[in-house]
Amino acid sequence: MKKESSHEPGRKYGMVIDLDKCTGCGSCMVACMAENNVSFKEDESNKLDSITWMRVYRLTNNKPFPETEIRYLPRPCMHCGGKGDLGHSPCVSVCPATATDYDHKTGIVSQIYTRCFGCRYCMAACPYHARYFNWWDPIWPADLKKSLSPNVSPRMRGVVEKCSFCFHRYQLAMERAYNEDRRELEEAEYQTACTQACPAGAIVFGDLNNPDHAVHTLKDHPNAFRLLERLGTNPKVYYISDREWVRRSGDNYLNNEKTNTKPAVQEHHS
Amino acid sequence: MDSAFIPKGVKRCSFGTFSLGMLVLTAIVFWGFYAAILCWLKGLNQTNMNDSYGFALWIWADLAVIAIGGGAFFTGLLRYVIGLDELKNIINFAVIVGFCCYCSAMLILAIDIGQPLRGWFIFWHANVHSMLTEVAFCLSLYLSVLAIEYIPILLENRKIDEVPFFHNLGHTMHGAMAVFAATGAFLSCFHQGSLGGVTGVLFGRPFGYREGIFVWPWTFFLYTWSAAACGPCFTMLTCKITEKISGKKLVKDNVYDLLGKISGWMIGTYMVAKIADTLYWAYVTSPSLGFAVMDYYNAHPLHHGIWILILEIVICGVLPAMILISRKGRANATLFTLATILAVIGVCLNRWVMVMTPMAMPVMTFDSWVSYFPSWQEVATTILPLAGGIMIVSLSFRYLPVFPQEQELNPVD
Repeated sequence: MKKESSHEPGRKYGMVIDLDKCTGCGSCMVACMAENNVSFKEDESNKLDSITWMRVYRLTNNKPFPETEIRYLPRPCMHCGGKGDLGHSPCVSVCPATATDYDHKTGIVSQIYTRCFGCRYCMAACPYHARYFNWWDPIWPADLKKSLSPNVSPRMRGVVEKCSFCFHRYQLAMERAYNEDRRELEEAEYQTACTQACPAGAIVFGDLNNPDHAVHTLKDHPNAFRLLERLGTNPKVYYISDREWVRRSGDNYLNNEKTNTKPAVQEHHS
Repeated sequence: MDSAFIPKGVKRCSFGTFSLGMLVLTAIVFWGFYAAILCWLKGLNQTNMNDSYGFALWIWADLAVIAIGGGAFFTGLLRYVIGLDELKNIINFAVIVGFCCYCSAMLILAIDIGQPLRGWFIFWHANVHSMLTEVAFCLSLYLSVLAIEYIPILLENRKIDEVPFFHNLGHTMHGAMAVFAATGAFLSCFHQGSLGGVTGVLFGRPFGYREGIFVWPWTFFLYTWSAAACGPCFTMLTCKITEKISGKKLVKDNVYDLLGKISGWMIGTYMVAKIADTLYWAYVTSPSLGFAVMDYYNAHPLHHGIWILILEIVICGVLPAMILISRKGRANATLFTLATILAVIGVCLNRWVMVMTPMAMPVMTFDSWVSYFPSWQEVATTILPLAGGIMIVSLSFRYLPVFPQEQELNPVD
């Protein structure tokens, strides 16, 4: 079994989000919370301690009317591959208890809630603020408890959580595939909740390494970019926009620097 | 009342006065423990930390006490390994102060984790790539070394020393102290360094990130060097405070002069390295990540601008180094004390900046700066080990022969 696995071509799940299609409706956020049993507080007005695995940011070109332009940027976990795509994500490399791990079979960064002891070093390491701490006990109203997903374990107070690219869906899809004596998944077999919920079809999800998946082509779009590429985090979430100011918002530039339009893809095939 | 426990040939304040002081400290400790229990039972929602400020007052306090507690390992290295005999007159005190600092760090860490009952996972599921793992291992081992170094001082208590077994044990342990001092110095180099690495390896946080050699960012070496440089300043400062409170001279000036001179040169060389590191970071590392150096300072919600860097490097770095390196500076008691205060502030400020600014500053262009003010529970639990430390130092000073020169400097009629 081990031998078989080591010869499997590496999957690398990722997303391409077309920001010119995103309307900022927030469906992806809602779907994500419902799918992944994300807890909430009675008062969610303080966004600094509320949990949003998928968070939609509002971007503006800072120009006065009538030249004002707005874009919305959905931000899941970037599932960074790190330099050389070796799995040295900012968070994985710093976790002292190996409570977050890089899965080389899927490229997904996992979070092991029962091992996390809540030091929050991974949060300090993540420049995307994609990691959230459970400051409070997760409490759901009695009726709402009935609608919790049985496939995702709720997290306890005192641990860190984050977007898993709906990894439980991958596990279910793989289970089905194994039962049918298959080892490969069709694109539609494994899709994240946010992808399916997006009414504008702005989010596309799939295996970045698989030429049959739409993301494989989309990531090479001339207007594709990734967030904070210069840091060397090597994220698996790509964005597309035909607006130069949007692409420039994706990274930090000195005043005299031009916007980098070509994603510096760092690949590693084992 | 407790005169039988007080070392022979020295004078201490009355038991009543001492008890009153201890009562105040005990009250503070209880207040701190109440806050700690709240955090343990109700969780870290008792703090004002948030998802941006995952590291805050506690982590700064940890880094700061470990830096200023560095006097123990460095003075031990100078005394037992390098063989500077004069330092035997301050080494006991350095060990006690270091012990208090490291106990404080461990206590604060125990409160700072979200799942305290899982704290042992850091050893059991250790990720060898994480700087925090190295910190945990070296810190706990070094605290054990400090405890071992503290035991022979404890055994010198008049009443304990009367028991032959303890007398011989203390004597034997004294003989083996060079081994413990060397072990302590070795461990300290690694945990001081790995604490520097905690921020230095964060390649997603351009303010803290530093390049370096192999797996060690430059901050690894800077933290070790600065702790060795400024730690003895804290030892001397607390020693001088003890002299002030007790109203007597406890250590001869030549001891201060020697340790001050070494500290001065250490701070001076540290400053050269720190300035070189800052320049390289400002002009090479940071621009390569898309940040102009003033981006970090101008937009800071505390509005301190570049002055915080000037305060750390010039006023609390170069200035104390110059005072302590110069013979005249060391000879002037006021300047000497000022230099030790500045050096301690400098190293604490460095840890503050390196912990807080990476948390506060946005890395994504559309994110914003975040400010933070600690809750009373955070403040109380940070003051708790400070009060506890003062209690340990006070008890040690009262009942143990901490200062070998005390009798000679303060003859009792």
